Amino acid sequence: MLKDITIGQYFPGNSPVHRMDPRVKLVLTMAFIVMLFMSSSFYGLLVGIVYTFMAFAASRIPFKMMFKSLKPIIPIIIFTAILNILFVRTGDVLWQLGFIRITQQGIHTAVFMVVRIVCLIVGTSLLTYTSSPIELTDAIERLLSPLKKLKVPVHELAMMMTIALRFIPTLIEETDKIMSAQKARGADMETGSIIKRARALIPILIPLFVSSFRRAEELALAMECRCYHGGEGRTRMKQMKTSAVDYVSIVITAAFIGAVVVINILV
Amino acid sequence: MAVIKTENLSYVYGEGTPFRKVAVDNVNIEIDEGELVGVIGHTGSGKSTLIQHLNGLLKPSSGKIFIDGEELWLDKSRLRPIRFKVGLVFQYPEYQLFEETCYKDIAFGPKNMGLSDAEIDRRVKETARLVGLSADILDKSPFELSGGQKRRVAIAGVMAMEPKVLILDEPTSGLDPKGREQILGLIREYHQEKKNTVMLVSHSMEDVAKNCSKILVMNSAKVFCYDTPVNVFHRSRELEQMGLSVPQITRVFNRLKAMGYDFGEDVYTVDFGRKLLLQVLSGEKKLKE
Ligand SMILES: Nc1ncnc2c1ncn2[C@@H]1O[C@H](COP(=O)(O)OP(=O)(O)OP(=O)(O)O)[C@@H](O)[C@H]1O
Ligand SMILES: [Mg+2]
Repeated sequence: MLKDITIGQYFPGNSPVHRMDPRVKLVLTMAFIVMLFMSSSFYGLLVGIVYTFMAFAASRIPFKMMFKSLKPIIPIIIFTAILNILFVRTGDVLWQLGFIRITQQGIHTAVFMVVRIVCLIVGTSLLTYTSSPIELTDAIERLLSPLKKLKVPVHELAMMMTIALRFIPTLIEETDKIMSAQKARGADMETGSIIKRARALIPILIPLFVSSFRRAEELALAMECRCYHGGEGRTRMKQMKTSAVDYVSIVITAAFIGAVVVINILV
Repeated sequence: MAVIKTENLSYVYGEGTPFRKVAVDNVNIEIDEGELVGVIGHTGSGKSTLIQHLNGLLKPSSGKIFIDGEELWLDKSRLRPIRFKVGLVFQYPEYQLFEETCYKDIAFGPKNMGLSDAEIDRRVKETARLVGLSADILDKSPFELSGGQKRRVAIAGVMAMEPKVLILDEPTSGLDPKGREQILGLIREYHQEKKNTVMLVSHSMEDVAKNCSKILVMNSAKVFCYDTPVNVFHRSRELEQMGLSVPQITRVFNRLKAMGYDFGEDVYTVDFGRKLLLQVLSGEKKLKE
């Protein structure tokens, strides 16, 4: 049911990838994305694929989680492929019917794009599989902290994000519970016209809103009781420290990016 | 015939993830019509998971469930009618209230059953009386009521469907002793008036001992026993080893027995204990040597 949503699902563990500093992980993920989009040939992409597999293997996350993370975007992948096949009109014509023309270049671009997207999703989901949402927002806050000088409310934004992330599972659980409760009273959410189904959501949305507001109020009160007053002078329980794992991963990533650059020049 | 029957029922949460958890493990129970069953077990023993199977909200990972002899999940279109047969009141049911007035909220279930307006009206009024809600409360918004009143409205919402089996998950949690007593009282009354089957999940041995005709004890996802209160509390030593408390009065009498005053019977309600004590004190009954 709703529980099957995996985006942002954290897999606790103690692999090298788990032990990395989330800040480094975040930056390296961005470098990885750049690497994917830099590579202009299949050899370059191959480097990206190898990198993805290596990272996944190092994280000791079961490989089938790769496919799980891809499942929700299958329609997007198919759509991209079709779009590229149909609308790239240059190159040798392989097949033509009326104004539909499939060219070698089109197939080439389609495959290229699909591989890129797949690597992108698998790689970035590895980030969320191996770092808890709290670690990630903390990392973002730290990375963006120079912006504080420009009066950007970095801490507040990060806190909002942390709270939002923290409450997604709670909200999902709550929705599940309310849905079950209304189903037990004979609510029918699966059949009928669209209008009927939309109306069937009312018994779920109203209790959900009510409890969200109640929860927000309680949380604000609890935070105030513990003297929360923004980011000024706040210290952290978990200090972020870079260690050997981080330096090794930075070097490896740099080597891969270097390889892509070299391939781009040579090919 | 048993209204509820399960065969090797098992349920696993999060199959195939690191969070895999067997919440119900090979459960075989048969619950007869007209019983008032108390379900106890410590936190996380799988009580809530088990009862959500009984009206088809959860699909068993393996095993079968029969309601009134009809197997669940054979035909998905039969699930809804079965949900009308087995009414389930969740823990903290007041969080599911949503209508503008209490009347409408109680009528939600019966309306989903497709009953006539006159019948809905009869049922709403009757259950409101049964749970002790006055007519002026029925016209109020459920969000204006006190916690205990909300709870009654929510319970009435399920009772109004007149299910053959009524299951309540910790209906007294979060209420003060008086509120608890009232809710338990109304459940008892409902049971006596309708003569149908009721299952009551509870953490309190006292409540279960006082009200129920049968007790189902869950222990780490398994059924430890399903028996009459006398037989269950006879195994008080084992219950205590599981971390479940037996009623205080049972402990008092167990202690007396250890001190050499054997009353020869298991005591699990204060009333019965008092009667027994009075009988012995007035010489009507002799202590066991
Ligand atoms: N939605 C869920 N996802 C994953 N695990 C769950 C879920 N619900 C319950 N569990 C797990 O299943 C086990 C049984 O839970 P259940 O809610 O049935 O216990 P319970 O006996 O009702 O406990 P309590 O007395 O606290 O209500 C627990 O260990 C719990 O952690
Ligand atoms: Mg429970």
